[in-house]
Amino acid sequence: MNLWQEYRQPTSISKAIEDLTNAPAPAVLIAGGTDLLLDMKQGRHTPVHTLIDLTGIPELNLIERKIDSLFIGACVPISQIIANPLLEKNAQALLEACNLIAGPQVRNVATLGGNVAHALPAADGTIALVSLDATAEIASPNGVRQMPFLNLFLGPGKSAIDRSKEIIVGFNIPITKSNQASAFKRLMRPQGVALPILNCAVWVEREENRIEDSRIAVGPGGPTPFRATNAENILRGLIYDDILLDQTLKALLEQGSFRTSPRRATSEYRKHILSGLFRDTFNEAWSRTFS
Amino acid sequence: MKKKTITLTVNNQSYTLPIKPGETLASLLRERLHLTGTKIGCEEAECGACTVLVNDEPVLSCVYPAARADGKTVVTVEGLATYVHHVMKLHPIQEAFVEHGAVQCGFCIPGQIMTAFALLKRNPTPPRKKFDLHLKTLCVVVAVTR
Repeated sequence: MNLWQEYRQPTSISKAIEDLTNAPAPAVLIAGGTDLLLDMKQGRHTPVHTLIDLTGIPELNLIERKIDSLFIGACVPISQIIANPLLEKNAQALLEACNLIAGPQVRNVATLGGNVAHALPAADGTIALVSLDATAEIASPNGVRQMPFLNLFLGPGKSAIDRSKEIIVGFNIPITKSNQASAFKRLMRPQGVALPILNCAVWVEREENRIEDSRIAVGPGGPTPFRATNAENILRGLIYDDILLDQTLKALLEQGSFRTSPRRATSEYRKHILSGLFRDTFNEAWSRTFS
Repeated sequence: MKKKTITLTVNNQSYTLPIKPGETLASLLRERLHLTGTKIGCEEAECGACTVLVNDEPVLSCVYPAARADGKTVVTVEGLATYVHHVMKLHPIQEAFVEHGAVQCGFCIPGQIMTAFALLKRNPTPPRKKFDLHLKTLCVVVAVTR
């Protein structure tokens, strides 16, 4: 049986939305397709009649500087994110995450939009974007709107995007100032499982030795991408030291839900390694400020 | 709009073909153009045996919709050798694989060669660490350590 009957390649956002509402149903959006086609081949996806390929839409392939933010199109391949000098300066966590996703051939095709649309709580690109305070740009028949990043996620694999008429156009992230920096780290099983045991992204703003502000994201730390706001509240305005990170860790463990997943790790193991992973990631981001 | 045909260039030759529902680039190359040098190994975007170049970038043809290759340039392992007076001359990378006996069963070799070709095309003298990332097509007989 054919995995799809019809393949459409719209060249503008409005045409893509038109296809989404008019093409023979079920119509499904495809970006890189490195996850979607596997899900379809392996019977994990509901039947598809029409695939609507978004990779030919110019706006979705842009990386550009706006006044005080950077825009990354939803269909920019991971390999181009890694190679972009603007992002190297302003989105270290995202670059590091993208540098850990799959191998070169997949990176030439896979996209950040697809990574986010899959709505997995531990997707590397997604966790990095949480720490960078991204907003998502969503197109619908009524026009384009901005959506706080975490509002995109309803549950594991469940996105808030209305698949019958909405498209993720891209992501906006604030420009990083010299007293701000970010970092991303993860722990993986050596082979066979694409998702990490645990990953962590930290963004920090520093004033001499004081932590002005921070954003901490951990995956998987719940059914949706987890931002450790309680830990961030503890850190805000305090002088950086090691004992402080210990207290923060407690808050992190209490707020997040670090459960056992059959193929990756037990809950106990995740909680155990979170301590080192969080500390390393935080220290990395901290040491990058003013550099 | 629904398209009926795709036009693509494969190994310097242009083809216009009717679109087939559900077809991957790997199937198009193997079954319609009979370029069976491209191998389908795991068929789950893991092993790299199906690697071909699309617009100079290595991609996994087993998870690449054939219709997306419309208007693009594809190079397969068959496209590396050149013909001088009807005599086939292997590409230096292929020569090197032959010379070092880097083949046992050979199934993954088209993937190994295409990833090496793509890497060297972009940077003729890549640092060693790039090798580790780029040349990791899976090989069950471990010939690749040569």
